[in-house]
Amino acid sequence: MPIRQMHFLLLLSRQGKLRLQKWFTPVTEREKKKVTREMTLMVLARPPHSCNFLLWRDLKIVYKRYASLYFCCGLEDQDNELLTLEVLQRYVELLDKYFGNVCELDIIFNFEKAYFILDEFLVGGELLETSKTAVGIAMEEAETLQETMEEYMSKPTY
Amino acid sequence: MSPSVRLQEMIRVIRGARTQGEERGVIQRECAAIRAQFRQADNGTRSHNLAKLLYVHMLGYPAHFGQMECVRLIASPRYNEKRVGYLGAMMLLDEKQDASLLITNSIKNDLSHSSQYVQSLALCTLACMGSAEMCRDLAPEIDRLLRASNSYIKKKAALCAVHMVRKVPELGELFTPAARSLLSEKNHGVLHGAVVLITELCERNPDTLEQFRKAVPELVLMMKGLVMSGYSPEHNVAGISDPFLQVRILRLLRILGRNNDTASDAMNDLLAQVATNTDSSKTAGSAVLYETVLTVMDIKSESGLRVLAVNILGRFLLNNDRNIRYISMTSLQKIVQTDHNAVQRHRGTIVDCLKDQDASVKRRALELSLALVSAVNIRSLMKELLLFLSSCPPELRAHTTSGIFNAAERYAPSQRWHIDTILHVLTTAGGDVRDETVPNLIQLITTATELHCYTVHKLYRALITDISVQSLVQVACWCIGEYGDLLLRGECEETEPVQVTEDDVLDALETVLQSHMSSPATRGFALTATMKLSTRITHNVDRIRSIVSIYGSCIDVELQQRAVEYNALFKKYDHMRAAVLERMPVIDKSSPGHTNGESAGGTIKELEPTKLTQEIVFPQEPSNQVCDLLDLLGGSGEPFQPSPSLSSTAPGPASSTAGGDLLDLLGGLDVTPAPPSVTVYEKNGVTLKLQTDTQTDTGMTVTLTATNSTDGDITGLTLQAAVPKSVQLQMKAPSGDVIPAHGLGQVTQTVLLNNPNKVSLKIRVRVCYTSQSSVCQDTVQIDSFPSTAW
Repeated sequence: MPIRQMHFLLLLSRQGKLRLQKWFTPVTEREKKKVTREMTLMVLARPPHSCNFLLWRDLKIVYKRYASLYFCCGLEDQDNELLTLEVLQRYVELLDKYFGNVCELDIIFNFEKAYFILDEFLVGGELLETSKTAVGIAMEEAETLQETMEEYMSKPTY
Repeated sequence: MSPSVRLQEMIRVIRGARTQGEERGVIQRECAAIRAQFRQADNGTRSHNLAKLLYVHMLGYPAHFGQMECVRLIASPRYNEKRVGYLGAMMLLDEKQDASLLITNSIKNDLSHSSQYVQSLALCTLACMGSAEMCRDLAPEIDRLLRASNSYIKKKAALCAVHMVRKVPELGELFTPAARSLLSEKNHGVLHGAVVLITELCERNPDTLEQFRKAVPELVLMMKGLVMSGYSPEHNVAGISDPFLQVRILRLLRILGRNNDTASDAMNDLLAQVATNTDSSKTAGSAVLYETVLTVMDIKSESGLRVLAVNILGRFLLNNDRNIRYISMTSLQKIVQTDHNAVQRHRGTIVDCLKDQDASVKRRALELSLALVSAVNIRSLMKELLLFLSSCPPELRAHTTSGIFNAAERYAPSQRWHIDTILHVLTTAGGDVRDETVPNLIQLITTATELHCYTVHKLYRALITDISVQSLVQVACWCIGEYGDLLLRGECEETEPVQVTEDDVLDALETVLQSHMSSPATRGFALTATMKLSTRITHNVDRIRSIVSIYGSCIDVELQQRAVEYNALFKKYDHMRAAVLERMPVIDKSSPGHTNGESAGGTIKELEPTKLTQEIVFPQEPSNQVCDLLDLLGGSGEPFQPSPSLSSTAPGPASSTAGGDLLDLLGGLDVTPAPPSVTVYEKNGVTLKLQTDTQTDTGMTVTLTATNSTDGDITGLTLQAAVPKSVQLQMKAPSGDVIPAHGLGQVTQTVLLNNPNKVSLKIRVRVCYTSQSSVCQDTVQIDSFPSTAW
């Protein structure tokens, strides 16, 4: 019996544009588009100060709006919705720490970084790291491994 | 200039596009350039090009041509290329793509890479999209990493192992020893991963569960440590030290303590401590408390602890935060059966939540209120529910009416109250009630013999006010037809009597007959009622005669047929008219105290043919009514010669359409001249229709036809069926198991049903098929069958 805790995590803009998508179960492209569409319709239609929990198909949907972005995840029935709110909060804080006062544009223009941060935080639909500082440290250290173009071009070929 | 500016430049250009068409143009150009770049030799820009492609993909454009580039980049020795390559693999490849197998080797190598960040990439990707094959292949590697590596890798390996166990449950045995030793780690990330892994192992394997029960004391200590620990800046969230880990430990304890007294005892004190000491002013604390409550209710806890838990939920109910009220009600719903009295104490607050603005909260409050209805509180609670109904959101109306009817059914303090309640619902939300409501109400009315006068008065008043609600109008017409004489008598004990003339009553019925708002079924009711009145009134029988003869040429075939028959009753069989149209006997309910509609709207259970007769409710009353009406029209219990001929003049039609009428009312079936079929399942573009081929007293033959309106073929179609105990089922071979796309073909399967005991026929059909590479399975229940062709 599959108890996949988190099925997907989507970041949607207020205009309904997808800014980040992470799928933790194998889903066809078509199904992804369908789910994204339905999430967009459902979540963007919610009035402010609503309850952050919805029921959809056989999943629980937890969403939270941060400025112009809706963070939206689909959970299995077993899960603790309140904790998921904290998970979303933590992810936003990590982004904020990394980008410095993160806003939607940061995530648009540096989407790959948003994914890298996410991958240090959630893996296979489960929380990977609960420390506030560990993710940031890992990102910094990983970045020192990245070469810039100049460094590469000046390397001798073998 | 740094190459990544080009990515950002592209993003800027795309965002600058003013129309969808312009955007598409930009993207086409960029994709063409990217494709060209992919074909070229390595020039240091590959990762940036792939990144651009991934952005384009996120906008919804096709990017499959990047799949091979991902494979190539993953194999690159350079970290930044690997990083983007793995990201691309996670976004563009999933285990269903063939290309995903090609990265298995790279992953294997990278798992032993000297840099932990490269190892991490491989682990993350494997945990994200590793197929069962890849998992089997690389499991020993993961086990190695679980034992001998640093914390950074261990925590990732743990979650990778979780993924592997989910994909290939047999691998659980491999990881169990390593998982056990991880519990002694200090690093929170590793601990968290370990707890998740152990949870997964225990839930899949009862032996492993047994084994890990011995770890309960260790887990309790761990939890205590977290709760009592001082402030840790790294892990503190709103005063709680690492709520994420706390919740996972609690969940594991829940699984270990379930059905086991020893384990439950060992964690009792801890749970009490957490429940009492956790500060729930912020979400983090509430999350921990919530998990604690769930654990307490699930294990074999002391009664004192249970009371504590329910009280916490009660406190949550009063919280200002909607989310907390919502989850409180979710939990209360789970325990309302087992701890009914405890939950009853909070009924007031729950009922208040019905008035909350938020739709999610309202829904929860409704569910819970319905579960709390009892003989004691029925009157007051029903008032609240009716109030709720008048202002409830449209998506909840059907559920509310259904719940109200069930509750009224079970606990009605008096028949008059019951009738009043149903009438109230019909007036408020008559459009959202189940189809069985009409016959059910009629049945109820007939049994309440002393209230006939009262009922007909109420319904008459309702009818002259408003004829738009079909269900109400149908019941009203039926009552007036049946008890019109009581109406005309002008006296009533229970309520203010009306002073009406026969013409007034006939006017009311004629208004219904002629109104555009009336559905064909409703008009049928009105016509029959008018006819029945011919034996209950004294002066205006001629008016009825003329109405009946006018409708003899009505364009609606059903009405026409009825009118013709009634005409015949007037002309040729006038001596029988009084007997035919006399007062109906009390209709017996076949299954008293049942819950209506549960089968229709409730959860889909496993196909269990033997259970069908006990658990499922049949709307038996309608079919009894059908028979009664049939009998009356054809002659019930009275030896009329003409009765067989009356039914034989219009053989199939008379019996089946009269029967078909009420069935129509129930299911809104279209009785078409061609073999009538009803759509029993419609989902994902797959439609399943049922058509009755032949029908006898003791059985029937039906054909199930499946069509497909999607773009892809449906394959592997199988249909299984279950029927009530005494019915014999034989399914013939289906015509095939592939349904062509776009409705170009169909699959049919004939089913023979033998019903020697003449029980009410129900059939549950399980539909399995594969659509767009995903397997779908659904169960539908068919309660009423379309009548056979004429």
